[in-house]
Amino acid sequence: MNSTVEFSNLHLNDGERSMLQGELGPATALAMRILARMAPLYGADRFIDVTRAHIDGIVYEGNAGLAFAERLADLGGQVRVPTSLNVMSMDRTNWRQLGQDPSFATNARRLGSAYVRMGAVPTFTCAPYQTEWAPSFGEQIAWSESNAVAYANSVIGARSNRYGDYLDISCALIGRVPASGLHLTENRRGTHLFRLDRIPQRLQERDEFYPVLGYLLGQSVTNGVPVVDGLSVMPASDQLKSLAAAAASSGAIALFHLVGVTPEAPTLREAFQGAPVPEAELITLERLRKIRGMLTTATADQVDVVAFGSPHASLQECLQLAELMDGRTARVGMQVFVTTSRGVKEILSRNGALAKIEAFGTSVVADTCIAVAPLVRPGARVLMTNSGKYAHYGPGIIGVESIYGSTEECVQAAITGRPDVDDSVWH
Amino acid sequence: MATDVPLSFWGGVDPKDGRIIDKRHPLLGQTMAGRILVLPSGRGSCSASGVLFESIANGTAPGGIIVCEVDPIIGLGAILGDELLGRVVPVIRLEVEEWKLIGNGDVIEIESSGMVRLVESGPNR
Repeated sequence: MNSTVEFSNLHLNDGERSMLQGELGPATALAMRILARMAPLYGADRFIDVTRAHIDGIVYEGNAGLAFAERLADLGGQVRVPTSLNVMSMDRTNWRQLGQDPSFATNARRLGSAYVRMGAVPTFTCAPYQTEWAPSFGEQIAWSESNAVAYANSVIGARSNRYGDYLDISCALIGRVPASGLHLTENRRGTHLFRLDRIPQRLQERDEFYPVLGYLLGQSVTNGVPVVDGLSVMPASDQLKSLAAAAASSGAIALFHLVGVTPEAPTLREAFQGAPVPEAELITLERLRKIRGMLTTATADQVDVVAFGSPHASLQECLQLAELMDGRTARVGMQVFVTTSRGVKEILSRNGALAKIEAFGTSVVADTCIAVAPLVRPGARVLMTNSGKYAHYGPGIIGVESIYGSTEECVQAAITGRPDVDDSVWH
Repeated sequence: MATDVPLSFWGGVDPKDGRIIDKRHPLLGQTMAGRILVLPSGRGSCSASGVLFESIANGTAPGGIIVCEVDPIIGLGAILGDELLGRVVPVIRLEVEEWKLIGNGDVIEIESSGMVRLVESGPNR
């Protein structure tokens, strides 16, 4: 029934040919056909092995995606490499309390089951790089989820393109990817240079600096690998996570280098792989203030929802919230979310931090997040968040205006209902 | 229907009826179902592949798509339609100079060899 396709421009090895011919089952054959047809569109003429995969097709977007996953699972598809799963569209244990629609939850659960039947691990997190499923330096991987790809490439030095829905599982089923893009050393060279210009160290030490820096990169570079020179601190994993997430949501950045920080950029010269270094664009305080302003779209002086955890909050971030929330309570009617992985939530419940966070009036949501599951109550107008990614998706996807603030300011706003944002650190 | 403005299917097209819903796009309100869509490229989110696939499943997809830049996102949507549903939506890349010769309202044919033929010039010529 399919159109006849020849793969004359591809170098296929015996294993790939036997996959195409169906010797490893119909699901593998289907995945191999899809990838063999896609390879030329990526400019690839051969495939390379990957050692792990991360699947974003797990977000329920409609019947076609569900039918695709169930078809592959029914055909007996089994992933060939360790495969983690991104956030799904429901909290598996708490969906009723969170007010999720039963028929939506049924579809979300069916989609999750289809991928688990294929051998994927039910991690359900968008920060797999902070779990035991993280890749290591130089590892070739087939990851999806824009923030995870940016983090894996940039901070860890693993190698992945951004594999969207349908492609991610196809790569996992054959354990190979077209040899193209960021899998190849020459495409990982810096293309644009930015230099921090008199940015005070006390700002560089703050968590709220990193989403703004990331947003700036995403806004400034539509297609390329930005290099940032001039950081005078060594950022923490959570700070690099928020930078990567903001860069990948405001633009299409899948790889950046921070000179002296990230592993492929010990020096400026190495960030550009010895090629001529372009003239630097300066990042001034004024430019950062302008970008920071873009993350706040709300003009109202009132907050309805406060959210933490995009990408999923780490254990460290949750412990900080537990400390800030301990003994205090959010204002009546305020919705407060912490979105995280089930693994982190489990630890929090055992060490007592979960009780402190929940006593504040917070819903600690696992497996999903407020950008892929409709958890924000209808009628809510203003979201305050410390996440550049939530702030970015507020107006378009979540359907609220955004206010960007520090973690402390967000907790405070949940108590008072007002966004008291102090910008003195940005001057 | 032809446009020189890239269109992201994700958020730009409603797969239920094939209508263009991107408020900033010049083709806003028109339906692509069964017509040949001529545009420079798709661009935007990877989720656009899923929207094109969904519209092929719903029977609201274009009869063919003609671009002037290689676009893996549109390509994937069309490949999924063929591989999973057996419904072919040809996606043709032309050189820019040739691509520019097609105007909105022209009647064109895509032959099975991939040859694009101008049958009749549209009223806007």
